[in-house]
Amino acid sequence: MYPTNYKYSQEHEWVLLEGQTVTIGITDYAQQSLGDVVFVELPKPGAKFSAGQTLGTVESVKAVSEIYSPISIEVTEVNGTLANAPETINKDPHGAAWLIKGRASNTGELAKLMDAKAYEAFVAEKAKEA
Amino acid sequence: MAEPVNNAPSTATRHVSLNESLIFEKSAPGKRGMELPPLDVPAVDGDSALGSEFHREAVDGLPEVSEIEVIRHFTRLSTWNYAIDLGMYPLGSCTMKYNPRVNEFVARLEGLATEHPLQPVELSQGCLRILRVLERFLLEVTGMDAITLQPCAGAQGEYAGIAIIRAYLENQGNPRKKVLVPDSAHGTNPATAVTAGYEVLNIRSDASGRIDMSHLAEYVSDDVAALMVTNPNTLGTFEKDIAQAAELLHAKGAQLYMDGANMNALAGIARPGDFGVDVMHMNLHKTFSTPHGGGGPGAGPVAIKKHLEPFLPIPVLAEKADGSLFWEANRPKTIGRLRAFYGNFGVLVRALAYALAYGPGMVEATRDAILNANYIRKKLEDVYDLPYNQPCMHEVVFSDARQKKNGLNTMDIAKRLIDYGFHPYTTAFPLIVPGALMIEPTESESREELDRFVAAMRAIAAEAEQSPELVKTAPHSARVGRLDEVGAARKPVLRWKPR
Amino acid sequence: MRYLPKSNAERRAILSELGLESVEQLLQSIPESCRLKRPLDVPGPLSEKEIIDYFRARASENAAGYTSFLGAGVYNHLRSVVADSLLQRGEFLTSYTPYQAEISQGTLQAIFEFQTMMCQLTGQEVANASMYDGSTAAAEAAMMAVRLTNRRRIVVSRALHPEYRQVVNTYAEHLHLEVVEAGFDGSTGQTDLAATRGMVNDATAAVVVQSPNFLGVLEPVPQFAELAHGAGALVVVAIAEAVALGAVRAPAEADIVAMEAQSLGLAPSFGGPFAGVIATREKFVRQMPGRLAGQTTDHEGRRGFVLTLATREQHIRREKATSNICTNQALCALAVTMHLSLLGKEGLREMAGQNLAKARYAVAEFEKLPGVRRAFSGPFFNEAVLGFPCSVRIINQELLRDRIIGPLPLGPFFAEQTKRGLLCVTELHSRQDIDRLVAATRRALDSLGMASREAVSTQAER
Repeated sequence: MYPTNYKYSQEHEWVLLEGQTVTIGITDYAQQSLGDVVFVELPKPGAKFSAGQTLGTVESVKAVSEIYSPISIEVTEVNGTLANAPETINKDPHGAAWLIKGRASNTGELAKLMDAKAYEAFVAEKAKEA
Repeated sequence: MAEPVNNAPSTATRHVSLNESLIFEKSAPGKRGMELPPLDVPAVDGDSALGSEFHREAVDGLPEVSEIEVIRHFTRLSTWNYAIDLGMYPLGSCTMKYNPRVNEFVARLEGLATEHPLQPVELSQGCLRILRVLERFLLEVTGMDAITLQPCAGAQGEYAGIAIIRAYLENQGNPRKKVLVPDSAHGTNPATAVTAGYEVLNIRSDASGRIDMSHLAEYVSDDVAALMVTNPNTLGTFEKDIAQAAELLHAKGAQLYMDGANMNALAGIARPGDFGVDVMHMNLHKTFSTPHGGGGPGAGPVAIKKHLEPFLPIPVLAEKADGSLFWEANRPKTIGRLRAFYGNFGVLVRALAYALAYGPGMVEATRDAILNANYIRKKLEDVYDLPYNQPCMHEVVFSDARQKKNGLNTMDIAKRLIDYGFHPYTTAFPLIVPGALMIEPTESESREELDRFVAAMRAIAAEAEQSPELVKTAPHSARVGRLDEVGAARKPVLRWKPR
Repeated sequence: MRYLPKSNAERRAILSELGLESVEQLLQSIPESCRLKRPLDVPGPLSEKEIIDYFRARASENAAGYTSFLGAGVYNHLRSVVADSLLQRGEFLTSYTPYQAEISQGTLQAIFEFQTMMCQLTGQEVANASMYDGSTAAAEAAMMAVRLTNRRRIVVSRALHPEYRQVVNTYAEHLHLEVVEAGFDGSTGQTDLAATRGMVNDATAAVVVQSPNFLGVLEPVPQFAELAHGAGALVVVAIAEAVALGAVRAPAEADIVAMEAQSLGLAPSFGGPFAGVIATREKFVRQMPGRLAGQTTDHEGRRGFVLTLATREQHIRREKATSNICTNQALCALAVTMHLSLLGKEGLREMAGQNLAKARYAVAEFEKLPGVRRAFSGPFFNEAVLGFPCSVRIINQELLRDRIIGPLPLGPFFAEQTKRGLLCVTELHSRQDIDRLVAATRRALDSLGMASREAVSTQAER
């Protein structure tokens, strides 16, 4: 379910590192909690965020969630298809619904994130609490 | 299981479905619904009078329909609504009580509805007297020292209240940075604190659903401006430690703000001013019966203790030695003006009419409200989960825990209630009770109506066991089925446009 | 008590089902020290007749029977009894906020119609379901501009209604925003464009003007828009007299319109309840406060309406909400919707035309009086500032003897505008009313010995 080559944050974002480029999105657990996504607010290329900073929001009918940058990043590309098709986040949160791409200023930060197995255990615990 | 009072559920209420379009879709050029007396001075040409760069011929798209079409249109629309005049609204913390008709009559009187706020004060003494008497009534009910009737609704009252606290603290040298809000609070509370420039810290509730006093003690500091509390809280429980909380706050120079949304449980029984509250707002469209009208207008007066008086918004109603009333705007420490003129005067007239109808007997209404809520609690506690098993005041909170195992939640049960002829209760609030069913009957409900409601809720509980699909796909008898809210938010269509 | 549907026997029966003897036992959770131990010391109880008598008595202590020429943010316009009779239907009057869409389609469709009409009037793309009033709408519009531009300076015209300006200042102070005031041109009565240009910089979120402004003069909105946009700021146009839109071009260049809809079907009612509206461009809708009704379909494809974009509001976003507004002015907005449906396109055009005509007739008649002149040269709708040879307050005291409430003295609002009064004339003033006003003013000036002191004093004013 959760791609093994991704890393995951406690706030339910995923990160994929390919060379110097990182891609960020929100996880399947996040989209399930939100419900049908109606709107996404994303930054512009050139924007910089440090780890933990809010880089945008995802909105459903009943909730709005901040998207926290899992690592420090400078945005180079933003997924333009989501403006007209926010439901992609529900259908393909780990693939077609990537949110932003950029350059990581410190790839070492990835070590602080969870791998797929750890994240799966993490959400299983969350499901029990609910 | 009690028998439903009426026949089979699907015939309990049927909304009349008349195929009514938008008013614009009935328009035809040349039709009109209102005529003006003829012009008795020379007409002027718009272009000459205003200049062609300012002149507009007409507003395109405004309806062009006859009087009868307007009557039918809005009458039909009205039949699609639920209303207090039809039956009970069990909505928690909304206090949907009867809206007395004499209040409508007096608000429309010539000499009240016709008055201009800027007319000479000597010609406004009747209006000012009404405000003065209402002020006194509300101060007696709340046990506070001074009041402003200016805020238009609870949210605006909250804003004024927090702004007054801020001004008071600033006047002492430090406005401070934080406001404490219980996790059971209504959403306007934290929203207000932020609009007033504060950071919000959430205070946990304890196992009884009340404010966790040790958590509060931990958080109260010199950097806390206030605690915003609702009493009774949103579970319908009296915050028994509130006087203690007030002491904790006052010891650190912080203030106690009370959201008066639940005053329907206190009027005539306990007064916030007597248990340590410094500032509070009331919702006259709740406790004082002014009509909800589909979402307002309301009024949110703010009552305060003496030490906060200099900071009241302007203008302040004052009295001269000869007993005549006037507006005082020269108050150097005021938080400023909250809105033009004096507030929702028409709403305030209705509130006073309600207050005068009861007089000191208002305490009877409070007792009936508490009795009704406890009656419902007793009659439903064996079929719905009661997360906090204790007597409540004017409202009771259940949860959907027992129905969840059949795949149902509070929203589904609420929608099914519509088929039984009632408006849903408050779903999914307060946030501290997952799957909450928040029910406030008010004193306006007769035994018959309460029993009908109880029968409906019991029937749905039985359906939840035996035929959950029926509940899951409700309502079945309203004019429309469940509406696509997702589509409405993804691609908002917020106005009609001609083809 | 007639509002309580229980007999004492019924109360006792319910108590015994609860295993109790009195309601007192349900109040045990309240500490003794918190209890009120005496009856409320308040007037009442009153029967229905006594209530009516009480309020009739208060009504007789006001200005019934006087003819008023006041405007200044509250306008006396023709209303129809048809709208009021519809408004009193219990399904409208006593219904709750339409959160449960399936059983509130009446309210929601009416809101959708209201939003549409507000867009048609203002030339904007979206409008909300109401704010408290024009003054708070203006303040919220300024806050909206601050959020949209991420800037913290607001340039407000001095010709904005003084009480609206005070409200904007109140909100701005609490958020530590910078508010600067742009003056108005002493001869045209319009906001000074050059002075405004000098104040707008790259820290400016919005330029706020009102049209017609407090002095009754129309503002050239396109020029202010160009000025603001050139610096990356937004232009907010406040409107206090909505009937003006029946004859005056819509402020389509505005980024945000903050309007008071009172003129369109609401009684003056000593200042409230009224109906504010915010209207704006579609691209700003997510930063707009207040409720919105949106069109949608149910599972069978039937058209219906729901409250939408609620995630901006307090009940979901809590501390991140665009505003803390919850209860708004729904019934007032409904009254406006009904009124506009009756008045219609032609009716509003005719009403606005009558206002233009009567106001000009009044000004012309006034200018026949020695020493009385219209003070500003800018175009006006139904309000104009007149200069008099002496204190307007003293003239008005004379007028009161004839049961006339004269023009609003401007001195208390603008220190330099002495001997000037704001006159408002609407379609409800008959020619006789106007003639009576002018004649009474002439008599007042005579008795105050002002008849011969013409051009001299008025020249000194300029």
